[in-house]
Amino acid sequence: MSRPLATALVLALGLAVLPWLLGNEFYVNLTSQILIYALAALSLNILVGYAGLTSLGHAAYFGGAAYACAWLISRGGVDPTVAAVGAVAFGTALAAVFGVLSLRATGLGFLMITLALGQIMWGLAYRWNGLTGGDNGMRMGARPAPLGLDISRPMPFYYFTAIVFGVALFCLWRLARSPFGASLRGTRDQPRRMRMLGHNVWLVQWVAFVMAGFWGSIAGVLFVYYNQFISPNTLALQQSAEILLMSILGGAGSLAGPIVGAVVITLVKNLASSYVDRWNTLLGVIFVVSVMFMPEGLVPGSQRLWRRFTGTAAKPQADAPPSNAGALVRRSSGRSEGA
Amino acid sequence: MSEAALHIEGLSKRFGGLPAIQDVSLRVMPGERRLIIGPNGAGKTTLFNLITGDLRPDAGSVRLFGEDLSPLPTQQRIHKGLARTYQILTLFPRETLVHNVVLALLGLAPQRWNSWSALVGYGALFEAARAALADVGLAERADRIVAETSYGERRRLELAMALAQKPKILLLDEPLAGLSQEERQSIQALLTKIPRDVTIVMIEHDMDVALAYAERITVLHYGQVIVEGTRAEVVADPRTKEVYLGD
Repeated sequence: MSRPLATALVLALGLAVLPWLLGNEFYVNLTSQILIYALAALSLNILVGYAGLTSLGHAAYFGGAAYACAWLISRGGVDPTVAAVGAVAFGTALAAVFGVLSLRATGLGFLMITLALGQIMWGLAYRWNGLTGGDNGMRMGARPAPLGLDISRPMPFYYFTAIVFGVALFCLWRLARSPFGASLRGTRDQPRRMRMLGHNVWLVQWVAFVMAGFWGSIAGVLFVYYNQFISPNTLALQQSAEILLMSILGGAGSLAGPIVGAVVITLVKNLASSYVDRWNTLLGVIFVVSVMFMPEGLVPGSQRLWRRFTGTAAKPQADAPPSNAGALVRRSSGRSEGA
Repeated sequence: MSEAALHIEGLSKRFGGLPAIQDVSLRVMPGERRLIIGPNGAGKTTLFNLITGDLRPDAGSVRLFGEDLSPLPTQQRIHKGLARTYQILTLFPRETLVHNVVLALLGLAPQRWNSWSALVGYGALFEAARAALADVGLAERADRIVAETSYGERRRLELAMALAQKPKILLLDEPLAGLSQEERQSIQALLTKIPRDVTIVMIEHDMDVALAYAERITVLHYGQVIVEGTRAEVVADPRTKEVYLGD
């Protein structure tokens, strides 16, 4: 049996039995949340990890699709399946437009434009009372039943989320090892050379941006299904930053990294917060420690430490950027390379 | 008059107040080996950047087999049959050599937009890439990471990536820079083997190698063409000695 197939089977089996091991509904719900955030972090990782474009506005697609879904169902009275498709279409279209605007710059400029666009979305949700309910947000009467599936209870909802997550992970795994994935990493490492080899760097980055928006929108729909409520917080800068930190903490540029990042951050937020008041401080400490000892992220960092521990020779990872702190610096200095 | 492979007319580029290229005109015939020499800062690399579209000229035009390249962005010029190597190595250091060449081949292949199939499944691409590496003597090194290879091997890889694309016009920017005498000779032998359906324009400082290789030579100085002609004509010209060879 091939290694990817074995990994997939173990992963699927793990996701299937996990709720039975947890038992408690609280933990089942928590696991659903983790999967939703993991998908959001994975979607952003297309940009941050593979394209080397650090975005601080990913909540726009995540929250935008969530708002669209809530609005279509609670105000528009649309069928939940149609609403879900409409919401994902809205989030993806938004990414297509915002991508055109953001990709006028790279590095810090790109970061600032995505941040500004995200804040516009937040401002609209916060101020446009008539459309969004403003600060009060929008409430859905009950959890919608897409495709007629009753997912109102924690267990069915968990399995619904796990299946969507599994499909997404499979698609992203295919993307990472596809020719397009290789081109995308090429534009991250040597944009100028890629142009000189005949690649349309801008278009590659834009397509990646739209893909990130598409998967981010799907996570957003799951998010609003889970909460049955949406407020401007979902579009806030803090939300974008959290998704970005999940990607980076675990190790951008790999599939496992953003998942681990989502697990750590969601657990600290939900579990540690019931034991310690200053859980934000705890999160901060985790970041500082991981940046000091594993600047490339928890997953690649642990692999490195493991190799050192077992004494096997270090093998450079073709997949991952050298470090995520470096990703920002490298991109922002990218303009000066053409001396 | 037969059609030039590369026809540059009245090309000019200023950086701020500084003229880098001033009214440069060139005609390179199909199959020709053209050498461009000149002291540091003469505008040689800027000229290449204008040909490839990395820089936009202030005036003038670049034609490839009669077709005006001016409106085309860089990547489309590559699809017209242009390829270039860099003086400063511009490779993908954390990938294998064969992956580097595959990226070069993908640049011209429509499969580059496929985001579903596995790249490693494209056997033909990898075979072509390995063949290109074998042509420059890197067959055994194909699966190494670029960061683990020597400088001379990277120079060969630069060449392999350009040649794999089967260009009509190849721009070589100091392909021998930083190499030892032995390595120079082996690269020179590779350059000599390139078939005549590839037109080559080369920037080079190593006069021994370069003069032996080129048929026609253009001397640039302060962004202007000072002398142009056959090897003998250029070497004999007093202006060449004055600006380049020194006295």
